[in-house]
Amino acid sequence: MKDIILKAENISKQYRLGVVGTGSLMHDLNRWWHQIRGKEDPYLKIGETNDRSTKGESDYVWALQDINFEIGRGEVIGIIGKNGAGKSTLLKILSRVTAPTTGSIKFGGRVASLLEVGTGFNGEMTGRENIYLNGAILGMTKKEITSKLDEIIEFSGCQRYIDTPVKRYSSGMYVRLAFAVAAFLEPEILIIDEVLAVGDAEFQKKAIGKMQDISKTGGRTVLFVSHNMAAVKSLCTRGILLENGKVKYEGSIDHIIERYLEDEKTTAHRILSDEIIKNHNADFIKLIEVKVINTSNAISINHGIADDINIEFTYDILKENELFTHGFNLFNIENIHILSSHDKRSLTLSEALPIGRYKKSVIIPGNLLAEGSYTCSFAIMRYNPFFVEFHEMNIVGFNIIDEFGDKTVRGNYFGHFPGIIRPELTWKIKSNE
Amino acid sequence: MFTLLAQAYLLVSLTKFNPKTMIPNEQTNTTWLFEITPKNKFFSLNLKEVWQYRDLLFLFVKRDIVTVYKQTVLGPLWFFIQPLFTSITFTIIFNNVAGITTGTVPPFLFNLASITVWNYFTSCLNGTSNTFANNAGIFGKVYFPRIIAPLTVVISNLAKFLIQVFIFLCFFIYYYSQNASISFNSATVFFPLIVILLGVLGLGLGMMISALVTKYRDLTYLIGFGVQLLMYISAVFFPLQLIAIKMPNYAWLVKYNPLAYCIEATRYMLLSTGEFPIWGMLYTVTITVSVFLIGLLFFNHTEKKFIDTV
Repeated sequence: MKDIILKAENISKQYRLGVVGTGSLMHDLNRWWHQIRGKEDPYLKIGETNDRSTKGESDYVWALQDINFEIGRGEVIGIIGKNGAGKSTLLKILSRVTAPTTGSIKFGGRVASLLEVGTGFNGEMTGRENIYLNGAILGMTKKEITSKLDEIIEFSGCQRYIDTPVKRYSSGMYVRLAFAVAAFLEPEILIIDEVLAVGDAEFQKKAIGKMQDISKTGGRTVLFVSHNMAAVKSLCTRGILLENGKVKYEGSIDHIIERYLEDEKTTAHRILSDEIIKNHNADFIKLIEVKVINTSNAISINHGIADDINIEFTYDILKENELFTHGFNLFNIENIHILSSHDKRSLTLSEALPIGRYKKSVIIPGNLLAEGSYTCSFAIMRYNPFFVEFHEMNIVGFNIIDEFGDKTVRGNYFGHFPGIIRPELTWKIKSNE
Repeated sequence: MFTLLAQAYLLVSLTKFNPKTMIPNEQTNTTWLFEITPKNKFFSLNLKEVWQYRDLLFLFVKRDIVTVYKQTVLGPLWFFIQPLFTSITFTIIFNNVAGITTGTVPPFLFNLASITVWNYFTSCLNGTSNTFANNAGIFGKVYFPRIIAPLTVVISNLAKFLIQVFIFLCFFIYYYSQNASISFNSATVFFPLIVILLGVLGLGLGMMISALVTKYRDLTYLIGFGVQLLMYISAVFFPLQLIAIKMPNYAWLVKYNPLAYCIEATRYMLLSTGEFPIWGMLYTVTITVSVFLIGLLFFNHTEKKFIDTV
């Protein structure tokens, strides 16, 4: 028998389009006047013109439909989905900001939700006063806050300004203080929206560490919504994937992330549109196309883990006498920047190319990256002084497929193989003689 | 009478709440703490929850009082200035120019007493009627019992009111030492009840309006204007009997206005002038309780989903 702390049954949420936002008595009177004369509602037409194909139903949208799930005590659940999948609506319902249209949710513990840090902060009040106010808004009692006040202030790193009105704070300090209050919440169920994406790198690290503490040691139930897959992966044990307002998958977090990423658009061959080119300042060069080429010289999105990958950039030189070099960045699926590289020995650094079309390629050796999906960016930069003329993200992508065998790093080991990269290293043994 | 009714109501709502907290969990032996459903119960005033959030109420009140006059030149002096100048104006216009008589009581004190309680009512009404609009940002991000917001308004206005009562007392002592025919009487001890009554009436009306304003923005303008007009039929600057004598045709406007009785009763309690409107007060209590219940009904109906429409 599982210890269920949260149970959602048939939650649906319907939003009404067109009618909402008319918000004035004149409109309602007009509507009523049309009604008593037996004419149709003049404001419903607003909804209809938008979408003729679903006439009659077009003024209603289901943001969520028949959501059912159970969450056990101490579980850390990641809720993921694309924009518009219903994540925010679900969060709003779970944190009681709005009510579902149908269904019910039962809670077996105190809930605190963090849809935003610093809710209710008042600029005129001091840091200390705001800790109390914000803490109370999040559901803490004064006594609880007082007992944690020193820890909160220390965690925020704002000791010196704690008796200064927060309107005098820098935005970074403001966020630190706000997060610090949230970090010391101790409800049985914690609902978190992407609040981790705040503050500088050092503070983010601290915040993620704190989140991990909360979820691992506290035995607390956490619902976490984020686009940062690395954060979701490191914090959550189980996941719920939402798509178009419905639960698409529910299961282990690794499985869920995989399913989520499956549909992402990656292409191994990109012909660049003028629009992308226009966004850049570089006027002497124009990127034409990019290809990801496999060992048999064909464009391919999938590559064996031990195979070399050849990325070929085609560009036009539009002006003479320009010295530059090429570079690229590689990101994995969790948007972690794996590596950056540029051609420091490029001939184009010493000798300008005549006007014309050129191809440049770079080889990512086999047995370097771990399995998974990757995306590349391409850059053109100058030396002396160093300046990036052109940098375009997500130009192409590819998948690396794990394999077994002598040519791979894995060899014949079948189990889970962790690590962001998987290079072939040299192992040596030395005798003690 | 009012307190009895209020107590009875609180008792009812408490007992209503208790069974709801203990929904048995069929799968495990634990009990659910609470449940989210599409709609609120009609008159549910979740007092247990409000009590859990009492610290928030206290901190909100503190915030309101502390921050209102920050970065103003005169600070809390504004609490004094506004009623004083209004009373002086009223005395000049209504008593000196228009010739309204206030019996043996100095007109200035008569006006000051009325304006002090009238101000409390209007500030409660104005403050609570914008509950949803003013708090949309915070309501959209976090849950706490929504009724905390209008309660904050009513309580923090009480602080302002007490300061104004203090001014009244100062002038009372001054006039008393000048041998004006004013005095307290045995009814004076019930003055706090009048204040509670006005607060609850303001809260009830305000909650009702706040719910309507989420749908019809135009109402905000009507309220500002309506409150001004309401003052003229609330016996603020004239004794209750005067209207019956001078304008018998329009006296019903005042007669059906519960506020007029509150103000008349205030003057009776603080200045021993006029009569204590005993039947009028019973009528006022009835109206207040009904208005409060209707306000609560409107408020409950709106609070769960208003965020979808703002």
